[in-house]
Amino acid sequence: MVYFASVREDLGCDQEDIAFPPHAVTIADCLQWMIAADERYARVFANPSKLRFALDQRMAKPSDRISSDSISGANELAIFPPVTGGCL
Amino acid sequence: MIDIRVSPSPIDAGAELAMIQSASNTRSCGAVASFTGIVRADDDGENGGAVTAIELEHYPAMTQAALHAIAQAAFARWDLSGCTIVHRIGMIDVGETVVFTGAAASHRASALSACAYLIDRLKSDAPFWKKEYRSNGEAQWVAAKASDVTRAEHWEQD
Repeated sequence: MVYFASVREDLGCDQEDIAFPPHAVTIADCLQWMIAADERYARVFANPSKLRFALDQRMAKPSDRISSDSISGANELAIFPPVTGGCL
Repeated sequence: MIDIRVSPSPIDAGAELAMIQSASNTRSCGAVASFTGIVRADDDGENGGAVTAIELEHYPAMTQAALHAIAQAAFARWDLSGCTIVHRIGMIDVGETVVFTGAAASHRASALSACAYLIDRLKSDAPFWKKEYRSNGEAQWVAAKASDVTRAEHWEQD
């Protein structure tokens, strides 16, 4: 897991390893599992519509599956607010 | 020629323009268009005074590839001979340049459209986040604007 901007600051953490249970198939599943597992996630992820995701460094949707490879099984899931690059 | 750079160093828009022109100096290149984004001293009268600086955070493992994908999409869409995206990160004072996009093509219509495409897509697809520092010492993350998403999406509908 990697976190950026307000998500990183609100969690007080920029990266961590999480082993998700087998039933967490999509990004949305992972998010739900995190919210149920720890009130810190529940607080920061309270409004999922305000969150954006990247899976293995590509923009991803909540419905995207986290891994099609059950052997390696390791993905880099990034959670962050909507991007705001460029000028104002 | 695609030139993508992300760095805390100041951006010299004049030097970038000269570079894209000389790198695209084939006999077919007839137009170079560019966009320079500058930190503005915004003051909406509510949020702790005028903006004095911004801080740009990014996703290092992803940024280069995301910008490259945007540049490649521009190349696929217009007949370009060169394309530059330079984005600054870290602390940036008012009046300094945050971002430069440039496109070189045979004719002005392609260069101008491609340049606008680069900055519109960058604002919605590249992993950068901006924090504003105000004159009263407060700092806050900038919220994404729906109008930026609309501007990026209209390229998919044309």
